[in-house]
This record gives sequence, structure tokens and C-alpha cells, in this order.
Amino acid sequence: MLQNRDWRWLLRWESLLAVILVAVIAANIQMSSHYLGTDNFVNLFQLSIEKIIMALIMTFIIINGEIDLSVASVMGLSACLFGRLYDQDIPAEMAVVIALVVGTVCGTFNGFWIAYAGLPSLAVTLASSIMFRGVARILLEDRSVGLFPQWFNNLGQPDLIGPLSFGIILFVVLFGICLIVLQLTAFGRYVYIIGNNKGAARYSGIKVRQTKLTLFILSGLVASLCGLLLAARLGTVRANAAEEFELDIITMVLLGGVSIFGGTGTLVGVGLSILVVLNLRNGMSLAHYSGNIQTSVVGALLIASVLLPNLMRDTRRLRQWRDFRFRPRETDLEEEEGTWQAVG
Amino acid sequence: MQKVRQLIRPEQIRELSLLLIIILIVIFFGSQIENYYSARTFQRISSSVMIIMVVAVGETMVVLTRNIDLSVSSMVGFTAYLAGQQVSQNDNLSPAVVVLLAVSFGALLGLINGLLVAYGKIPAIVVTLGTLAIYRGALVEYGHSKNILVRDLPDWLVNLPRETLFSVGELDIRLLAGLAFIIVIIFQMVLLFLPYGRRLYAIGSSPDAARIAGLPARRIVLLAYVLCGALSGLGGFIYLSRIGTVGTTAAQGLHMQVIAAVVVGGVNIFGGSGTMIGMMLGAILMGILEQSLIRMQINEFWKDAIFGMFILLAVASDALMMNRLRDLWARGAIQMRIAQDAAVQKE
Repeated sequence: MLQNRDWRWLLRWESLLAVILVAVIAANIQMSSHYLGTDNFVNLFQLSIEKIIMALIMTFIIINGEIDLSVASVMGLSACLFGRLYDQDIPAEMAVVIALVVGTVCGTFNGFWIAYAGLPSLAVTLASSIMFRGVARILLEDRSVGLFPQWFNNLGQPDLIGPLSFGIILFVVLFGICLIVLQLTAFGRYVYIIGNNKGAARYSGIKVRQTKLTLFILSGLVASLCGLLLAARLGTVRANAAEEFELDIITMVLLGGVSIFGGTGTLVGVGLSILVVLNLRNGMSLAHYSGNIQTSVVGALLIASVLLPNLMRDTRRLRQWRDFRFRPRETDLEEEEGTWQAVG
Repeated sequence: MQKVRQLIRPEQIRELSLLLIIILIVIFFGSQIENYYSARTFQRISSSVMIIMVVAVGETMVVLTRNIDLSVSSMVGFTAYLAGQQVSQNDNLSPAVVVLLAVSFGALLGLINGLLVAYGKIPAIVVTLGTLAIYRGALVEYGHSKNILVRDLPDWLVNLPRETLFSVGELDIRLLAGLAFIIVIIFQMVLLFLPYGRRLYAIGSSPDAARIAGLPARRIVLLAYVLCGALSGLGGFIYLSRIGTVGTTAAQGLHMQVIAAVVVGGVNIFGGSGTMIGMMLGAILMGILEQSLIRMQINEFWKDAIFGMFILLAVASDALMMNRLRDLWARGAIQMRIAQDAAVQKE
């Protein structure tokens, strides 16, 4: 039994993730000689750069005890809006700004209903995800728009700065900022406290509504930014852009040890789980598994990421229960009588 | 006012207002579209609504227990594909066997969901978001992206959607639409009169209280998921007979429409309140909107945006109006009690 405090860190979720990550990487190296190359590593991040950037903001929202199912639709909407505007001969710079503004408005819309009208975020973002996707369909119908200006396409391509792309640099910078904000600032603490106990947070004078609104506005802004990155990376936009990205994003966050009920989890864990998911997908691609199997495995991983801690907790309880049994108290040893006491 | 309060409950006011909205919408479309009040319109709406209605019955039971099932679309798709494949390979399968196959396979998929939610203690949204992807991935792998074609299906299955139960004037009540209606009524009865139905409400209103009161909460939630899976299986069978050509992407995105019907129909997304009749009205409203927008030659791409807006309006009006109505009703009851006590003391 691990009772010693020095060994406690081994049981932490992040350590388990690190072990899994090492195992996945080892398997990948075994499987393919192409795995260990700069190209593959850039590719690894590049192929789902929008999802991993989005996962950072989603971490804040889930720790805050809410969920945002509409991120994929906001991504699609801003990409389609950019495409439509560009198609109508509006300069691309202008179109980018408008798309970002509209994404922010979408986030504000969600945040208003959730923070100020007090509606459940699950219902609101489910409805708004249908609505935003619908607007994207109205904008582009069944056409696809492409042939964007060169500077825009360059944003999505690797080799912009050294071998890195704009998205990867943005991810690294955002990860640093998010890490500092979530773990070291008052705002980050508020996010945790609200997720733990909304009522207690309000009575301690934390501005619950403003915090929630801020997070959803940020979510909308970053989602539209990711939508534009997707458009730049693919070079073409369709109405179904970024469809069903929310599964991967939420999986990355939950696998990182963030509780769906809010209040717990760290960004380090999410960072590790992002690496696990990316490497797993990369390895499966190298082994020629189809995209659908990959999605299935990600789905199974999502379920396992919650089932495992549950089982671990249950066995711990069971063990406590086993030790919680009739045994003589040391002072009463001379007598026959004993008493119930908890051990450990 | 007291009389009104005694006669109807806030939930019934919600259903009545939904009915009013449906009537208003029908009148509106009737004035916009030529020849709207015809048997053909009724036929189109009823046959588009029936799949959603059957699946939404199961979804309602799950939502009543403060859970959710997002995987229904994959379950419908998988059972439709499996039933279609079996029936096209063996021509002499009897209809009962095909239905049984679809329903029991759906129940099996629902059982997996239910075990993970009730006994694995995983939040429902996590489980079903995962199984939504897993079931779909399994289907694509199983089907090797081959389609089930109408010409491979036996005649009885292809003609099933055109079977008529009975006719009222020009209106033909189709067999499958009638079946969907009967299922809604049966499960409404279950919710009203069987202990199991009442327990669904009890668990949804307060899971902790239900557990402390000694209800076998896990078994009840598990059964709700199994029933949801079984009804999705039946929905898959209806999907197969109505659509005919079924590929591995069958019924993708159906869960959004099902949840839309449930939420618009006044079933609280946090469990504990809602009825099958309300859900049916919600499904019919969405069906009327969908079919009428097509008839109005409004661009079909507008459909989703309008759907999303309706769901949001339904959720918002629920949260803002229903609590006030309930407060009003409760206050009325207290005032009545005070008046009674005063009357007793006078004597």
C-alpha cells in the first residue's frame, strides 16, 4: 500500500499520462522509421492544430463547470464567412477581421444565455451549434470557395518560420499564457473555485457571471481564429468545415484529467493528453488504419479516461473498507473486547 | 384564478401553448402555400416525423433521469444497416424476425451505454459522445462502405411505408405512423401509471433523494438506456423501410433532431419533468417546419438555422417562464391553505 507521501505523485493522473505517452511513442518508433523526423513532428501538430489550440480554451470552460459544444460550428461559421466575403471581392484582411468579430459575437451570444439567463450550457451550446452550422450552410450552401491570397495560405503552411508554422507558434505561445493565467493568477483561481462550488464562489464575492461570460467570449474568438487557420491550412472552405471536431477537443481535455463536473484538472495534464492523442493518431495513420477507426479509438479513450479514475477510486474505497474491520485496540489487548476503527 | 390553478398545471399550460404555436404555424403556412391543407401535406409530415418520434420516446426516458443519449443516431444507422444487410442476404426472413433483430441489436448497444453510465459512473454526455463515434466507426468498418440498395430488399419491406392502417376521409393513417403514435401513447401510460415511470421522474428530480429513498437507481437508469437502444433499433427498422438505400453514413446527425424534439417538447434537459405527449408535439412542430419550409421553396439550407433558434427559444422560455409559473401556482396553493386555516379558526 502506498501510504508514504513521497510515493503519492506516482498515482497522479499526469504521471499515468506520461507513462502512456512514452509507451505510445515507443510503439510508434518500433512501427515506422519515418516517425523520428522533423517533418513528421511538424506534421503531427499541423494536422490537428485547430483542435489543440481549441482544447486550451475548452480546459478553462470545463474546469469552470460548463461545456461548449458549439466550438466546431463557430469554427465552420467563421471559415465560411471568410470564404463568402472573400468570394464577394472584399479584401481578405477585412474578411479576417469581420470573421473574428462574428466569432466573438457568437461566443458572447452563448455566454449571455449561460451566464446571465442561467440556462444550462449543454442545452444552449447544443442549440447554438445547430444554429451556427445552419448559418454556415446558408452562407456557402453546397459550394466550396478557395484560391485565397498567398499571405493567407502561408499562415496555414509549415516552413513559415524555420520548419514551424504560424499555428504551432501560436499554440506554444497560447499554451504558455494559459498555463500562467490558469495556475498562477487570481482569474485562474476563480475559474477553479466557480467550477467547484458556484454558490460559494458568488457569496465570496467572485464575479461568477463576468468570469463565465469572459470565458465564452474568449472561446468564440479563439474558435473563429481556429476556423481561419483551418481555412488557411486546407486552402478551401466548405459548409461542413470542422464538423464533429468537438469530440476530439473534449476528449483531449477530459483525458488530461479535467473533471466534466468542473473544479479539478491541470493544463499540464491537458498538454500531455494532447501529445498522447496526437501520437496515437499519428501512429495509427503510419500503420494504415482508417480515419473512422482512429475516431473510434479516440471515443474509447474518452470513455476510458473517466472510467479508469472511477475504478481506481472504487478499489481504493474497497481497500479502505477491507481495513475497516474488527480488530483489537492496542490499549485493550489484555481484554477480549475490541472495537471498530478505521485504519490507514 | 384559483379554479384555473386547480384545473391545470404549469406543464399542461406549456403543452397547450405548444399546440397553439403549431396551429398558428399551420395557419401561417396555409396562407403562404397553395393547396397546403391536403392529404399529401399530412402524409409527408407524418412520415417524416415517425422515425424521430419513435427514437425520441427512448431519448425522453433517458433525459427524464437527468442523463442524455447522443449516440442514438449511430444506433439507428447501425441497426438499419445490419437489418438491411441480413434481409437482403436471406430473402425468406420473416418480418417479425427482422424487427426482432433490429430491436434486440439496438437494445444491446443501449445496454453498453447503460452499463457505462449506471455502473461505470461516467457522466452520460461523455459516454454517449464516445459511443456516438465508436458505433459509427464500427459500422463503417463492418460495412466496408458498401450500400444496401432498394432492389436487394424484399417487396414487403419496400411497400411497408405505403401500407395504410385506416382512412379518415382523404387522410390515410399509415401503418408505421400509427405504430409510432401507439408507442408514444403506450410509453405515456408507462410514465403515468407504472411504478417504473414514476421512478424515472423521482431519479431525475433528485438522484440523491431517490437513492436515499431506496430506489434501485442504477437498474432504473440502465433499463432506460436499454429501452432507448431498443426503440432506436425500431427506429432503424423504420428508417430502412422508408429510405431504402442505406449506407454507412445512415442517420448521421439524427441525434440533433431527436434532442431538438425532446427539448422543444418541454422535457427538462436536467430531468424530472416532461411528458411523451409534449415530446410528440415538439416532434410534430419540427416536422411541420421542416416540410413546410421545403414546400415554400425556401432554401433548404435555412432549415438548421431555424431549428437551432427554436431549440434555444424553447430552452430559454422554459427557464424563464416555467419557474415563474410554478412559483405562482405554489403561492396560490399556500394562500388557499391560509384561507382554509382562517376559516377553520373562525368556527
